[in-house]
Amino acid sequence: MRNAFAKAITELAVADERIVLLSGDIGNRLFDEFKERCPDRFHNCGVAEANMIGVAAGLALCGFRPVCYTIAPFVTYRCIEQIRVDLCYHNLPVTIVGTGAGLAYASLGATHHSCEEVGMLRLLPEMTVLTPADAVEVRALLADCFKLTGPAYMRIGKKGEPLVHPAPLADLAIGQARSLRPGTDLSLLVSGVLLPIALQVADTLAACGIKAEVISFPTVKPLDVQTLQRCFAAYPLVVTMEEHSVLGGFGSAVAEWLADYPQPSSRLLRLGSPDQFYHEIGDQDEAREHFGLTAPAITQRIRTVLNR
Amino acid sequence: MNTLPNSARPSTIPFGAPNEQLANLAAQLRYQVVQMSHRSGAPHLGSSLSCIDIMVAAYWSALRIDPAESGHPGRDRFILSKGHAAPALYTALAARGFFPEAWLDTFATHGGHLAEQPAPHVVPGVELATGSLGHGLPVGCGLALAGRIQNLDYRTLIVLSDGECNEGSVWEAALFASAKQLGRLTVVIDYNKWQATGRSDEVLGLASLRDKWSAFGWDAIELDGHNIPALAAALAPRGEATGRPRAIIAHTIKGKGVPFMEDDNNWHYRIPTLEEVTQAAQHLQTP
Repeated sequence: MRNAFAKAITELAVADERIVLLSGDIGNRLFDEFKERCPDRFHNCGVAEANMIGVAAGLALCGFRPVCYTIAPFVTYRCIEQIRVDLCYHNLPVTIVGTGAGLAYASLGATHHSCEEVGMLRLLPEMTVLTPADAVEVRALLADCFKLTGPAYMRIGKKGEPLVHPAPLADLAIGQARSLRPGTDLSLLVSGVLLPIALQVADTLAACGIKAEVISFPTVKPLDVQTLQRCFAAYPLVVTMEEHSVLGGFGSAVAEWLADYPQPSSRLLRLGSPDQFYHEIGDQDEAREHFGLTAPAITQRIRTVLNR
Repeated sequence: MNTLPNSARPSTIPFGAPNEQLANLAAQLRYQVVQMSHRSGAPHLGSSLSCIDIMVAAYWSALRIDPAESGHPGRDRFILSKGHAAPALYTALAARGFFPEAWLDTFATHGGHLAEQPAPHVVPGVELATGSLGHGLPVGCGLALAGRIQNLDYRTLIVLSDGECNEGSVWEAALFASAKQLGRLTVVIDYNKWQATGRSDEVLGLASLRDKWSAFGWDAIELDGHNIPALAAALAPRGEATGRPRAIIAHTIKGKGVPFMEDDNNWHYRIPTLEEVTQAAQHLQTP
């Protein structure tokens, strides 16, 4: 995903002179082409994320469309007050891109995990929150970010994430969910990189005669409430999936909507990481296994809820 | 808003006026901020009084700005990063014609124009919402960098408090500005030696501020922050798009101009009574 981001932002910046890329001293060689083609619009801000957000605000006040890029926990937790005051309070069009989000850097320890940042960013007025599932969604949504009039946060993985979408999604816009396969018994609403696992879950359930609609939900804020309305009207079970805490993230956003707009006969099951740090030594797959975010574990939980 | 007797209204003092007029202007602005604190009950009077001469030097000798074109891309940028001294900024902007002087009467009142600390786009001339410390310089770095990318020669001037230099983001920005050689960026530190609850050199190890800014790669100078000609000289354009940014360590006195407030940190929060406003006027008209 980060390679897709680097390629996409380079193409966008060549075409749009307002785009300035700020990096928090990561992405060694990743942005070589950007630097070559737009030398005055790439700036390594060092390991100083609070300043980087302020610099982005200053650039945006002068008409630029800055992008702040570094590892997800550092470009969010570290500088949340700068994001709130400099970007949101002033409603400035700055795009924050957090790479290695969720459990992508599981092996580096919880300093490098971000399973709470969607919740933090979602709380901020004016902020758009994006959680693309693969490189194709990154490209589509990144282009759309530059049409916004206010700030956006996009969490992406690192590299090698499986491609879900076979072709570019030119028409995927911010705020839209995208159904990938139809169902009749439940819907799986997926925010981010667990989407391939959701498809595996749907395959396994189908073999048991349970048909799950799978929907990619790459925008957490603003929520696609029409799709929520449809799912809760159509299915007795709606499942949210995200590589993020069950507190505060996409599942919470759906639960809040459901509390405000109660639906008569549907149950919500929220799947994500629990309210705890990952203290084991393990990579992303092992961390997912620890938290029950594998296809077999999720399939089992759904079958237990459905009693089928 | 009352004016000191036998004095010109602040709005009649032109840019580049002689020093005697600017000294008189500073006294008038001080009297305005004293009245604003009294009327509104808003604190931080000592902090506003300490930076009035800096505001006068900036707005009457340095900044190329035009109230008729407050959003002009080539305008000089000014950020009062110590947003709690907002009255000092508002009086300067009103006197320079960015909004009617009568609006000062509505300071910090519901439905008025002037928020107690600057809000986004609150009035023309306010470039940034401040009040949370440590934001002005990082944003100022972005403004200065934008000017360089756009090949515009405007300057960026940021006023910090000494207590604000406790914030790590100030030093992140200081490192950034020197690395990027933001030569048209200037910082003035209103070094009044007090922060909210103690001597600023004792709360944290600020001394020597000049050595610190020099060590961070800035062209750092020290001066008397109540000497308007000295401030004006230090703020004069140096014209370099790339080069060392300038840090002006302005030694000031909190509560300057009103003897019973000077260097008394109770006036970080105290609100003057009507009698104290009258006393302040007497002191200010015969400096």
